[in-house]
Amino acid sequence: MNKNHEPLIRIAKRDAMVWWKAYLIRIVSVILALIVSAVVIFSITKLNPFAVYGSMYRGAFGTTGKTWNTIRDAMILLCISVGLAPAFKMRFWNIGAEGQILIGGLVTAACMMYFKSMPTVLLLIVMFVTSCIAGALWGLLPAIFKAKWNTNETLFTLMMNYVAIYLTSFFVDFWDKKQSHSVGIINLDTGKGWFPRLFGEQYILNVIIVVLLAAGMYFYLKISKHGYEIAVVGESENTARYAGINVKKVIIRTMLISGAICGIAGFVEVAGVSHTISTSTAGGRGFTAIIVAWLAKFNSLTMTLISFLLVFLDKGAAQIASDFNLNEYASEMVTGIILFFILGSEFFINYRLILRGKHKEVAAK
Amino acid sequence: MENVTKVFGSTVANNKVTLDIYSGEILSLLGENGSGKTTLMNMLSGIYYPDEGDIYVDGKKVAIRSPKDAFDLGIGMIHQHFKLIDVFTAAENVALGIDEKLNLKEVSARINEICEKYGFDVDPDQKVYDMSVSQKQTLEIVKVLYRGANILILDEPTAVLTPQETEKLFDVLRNMRADGKSIIIITHKLHEVLSISDRVSILRKGEYVGTVDTADATELSLTEMMVGKKVILNIDRPEPENPVKRLQIKNLSIKNSDGVNVLENINFDVFGGEILGIAGISGCGQKELLEAVAGLQNTCDGSSILYDSPDGESAIELIGKTPKQIHNLGIALSFVPEDRLGMGLVGSMGMSDNMMLKSYMDGHSFFLERKSPKKLAEKIKKELGVVTPGINTPVRKLSGGNVQKVLVGREIASAPAVLMTAYAVRGLDINTSYTIYHLLNEQKKKGVAVIYVGEDLDVLLAHADRILVLCDGKLNGIVDARNTTKEEVGLLMTKLQDGGEGK
Repeated sequence: MNKNHEPLIRIAKRDAMVWWKAYLIRIVSVILALIVSAVVIFSITKLNPFAVYGSMYRGAFGTTGKTWNTIRDAMILLCISVGLAPAFKMRFWNIGAEGQILIGGLVTAACMMYFKSMPTVLLLIVMFVTSCIAGALWGLLPAIFKAKWNTNETLFTLMMNYVAIYLTSFFVDFWDKKQSHSVGIINLDTGKGWFPRLFGEQYILNVIIVVLLAAGMYFYLKISKHGYEIAVVGESENTARYAGINVKKVIIRTMLISGAICGIAGFVEVAGVSHTISTSTAGGRGFTAIIVAWLAKFNSLTMTLISFLLVFLDKGAAQIASDFNLNEYASEMVTGIILFFILGSEFFINYRLILRGKHKEVAAK
Repeated sequence: MENVTKVFGSTVANNKVTLDIYSGEILSLLGENGSGKTTLMNMLSGIYYPDEGDIYVDGKKVAIRSPKDAFDLGIGMIHQHFKLIDVFTAAENVALGIDEKLNLKEVSARINEICEKYGFDVDPDQKVYDMSVSQKQTLEIVKVLYRGANILILDEPTAVLTPQETEKLFDVLRNMRADGKSIIIITHKLHEVLSISDRVSILRKGEYVGTVDTADATELSLTEMMVGKKVILNIDRPEPENPVKRLQIKNLSIKNSDGVNVLENINFDVFGGEILGIAGISGCGQKELLEAVAGLQNTCDGSSILYDSPDGESAIELIGKTPKQIHNLGIALSFVPEDRLGMGLVGSMGMSDNMMLKSYMDGHSFFLERKSPKKLAEKIKKELGVVTPGINTPVRKLSGGNVQKVLVGREIASAPAVLMTAYAVRGLDINTSYTIYHLLNEQKKKGVAVIYVGEDLDVLLAHADRILVLCDGKLNGIVDARNTTKEEVGLLMTKLQDGGEGK
């Protein structure tokens, strides 16, 4: 080994980049991802990549029903992301959205079963409020421990997921009369506690709730004093203390909000979509939403776009699998490649590489 | 090392430094804070790569790109902060990172061998979390020797040791010297330099000043070399006009999280209309002192900081109050902390949003009031000449001097009664520094009590009215800046007066 060489590649942080350049890099990364996916598709399956991409599109937006399903799923994902945004902006690693969704869904299901006699509107309000409280409680516990004893919130929120999962298992068996380990569709005959159809469409109420939450979160983070405190605490607790911010209070308050919104996501899922509850009601979306929130840098508008993108990829992957008789793993590879490129582009936006030999001029600057 | 230069951004940490070290000697590296000692040694041990200059080992030119390269050349560094794994035993820590088959018994045997040779006391099977600070340090040295180092660099090894432990360490170092090892020791403490080393090399502000044989040196001559000849600075120093007592600090003691006294029984008064300079080697409690006044430090029982408000109301006790409570009492306390982006400002926010950091909670609205901070930001940008693409550009992207202008500008804008600054001009160019001096003088003329923690003695002597010198967490003396010398302050910084209290 020759000892007299400096390192081949070094990484340095970039200064600000012009916004259009950053977007150019992102667009190029998507195009590159599509090209790489095409090569992979062709080399593995010998299918025409364009036919495959067409099939993906049909899977998400092929019929009115499919389009509505895409919207429906994107709304749930967006709702969870909106819930996670304030926590992650505060650098509080809330990976407990799964549990917060589940517990919100669980109390919603309980209300549907026990309060059948209530008028629909009142029942919806009761379900909304109780799911809020349940989710908030799931967020509050780790926050209190973090604020008071500085416990690790990542582990704590993760463990809270398991508590929620086993509680759900217990109640599913408790409510299940037929020993089938499933509660089936709740109130199948009466539709009590289900979201009503508005303007003749089934999922309008879902959209309204989630859009209101997303818009509210946008303004909460951007122009409210609370949002400012969250940003300061997230940047540096030292700065927050210096500024006279009560860090503990901010942590607890923010996690109450974060948990409550994730609880609402469970409510929307159970009352507005599936009308049932099981341990897979959250279905990993509590984790997917973390990607959405981070990629969007907690901006509601961008979160909406990314939620749609992820749901689109998911629906598309399922469609490819059925159209071309592939197993889903093959199509999920395409999803993976696209995500990898999008995430990778952020690296090139924030850093630049310095090749050997170029460093003298850098030092001279 | 020949003509070694390292540049960080716009700061030159080392400028064409040349240093020789022979085998079988102990070389002390002496210099004030920020004179580039640690940077220089980090280049030798492979943590930084020099921007210019060459390093020769045994007469051969080498490129040290990583700590591993350094080890291969027989250079080992013992850092101020230990790099050990708590849950591992001594032997496991030593074996860590060595590319050979792991045989802990052999490792232990060799450790015992090394210990015997130089007079260490290490139990190879003891877990690191059971060790005292001095044991951990010993282990670090053994770790380096185990890897066959012939050149050992110790970064302020005595800072964490008691006098007895220091003596023990020095005995070991002398044994190693007898064995032909080269040892470089970084320290601030003059008497240690004189007692242990053969030669002393001195750095000042990144430049190499010179090397002297210890036998020919005295504490005074070393201080002179370290602080340099008095530089005449053209800083205005208006006479303080009828100073009024603003703060009374009584029996202030602070313990850090390890239970060690950072500040011990500090007593002094601060007057409005004067600049009180605070001098001391870094880590002597300056930071804690300022943070205690700002309501950010837990203090020991019996400590008291009384605030006399300018309108003559009765004195208010600041100890035990949070920054918010102090703010709500209407006490205008401004603080320019040492860590500008990690404490004084929010790096990811623009100037405008940073302006409201301490005032955003005023008013009853749920929403932020952004108009006046925006106006203030524009005003500061114009008056202090802050170079920024816009008031919404994240302040993290600004240069150090501009960041400081933003911070000082905000703190002054709140019309303070007490203004505390920590290393206000560190890393700034001459022009920006003068802007800051000028701003502080203006505050002084307005009757503000200015506390100025600084590291450049020339500036302190030319700018402050009185200088309070801290040494090892104790108040070592308050001198009149107009009638003192650099050497006097330098000695107060490095050598505790008899009795320690230094009234």
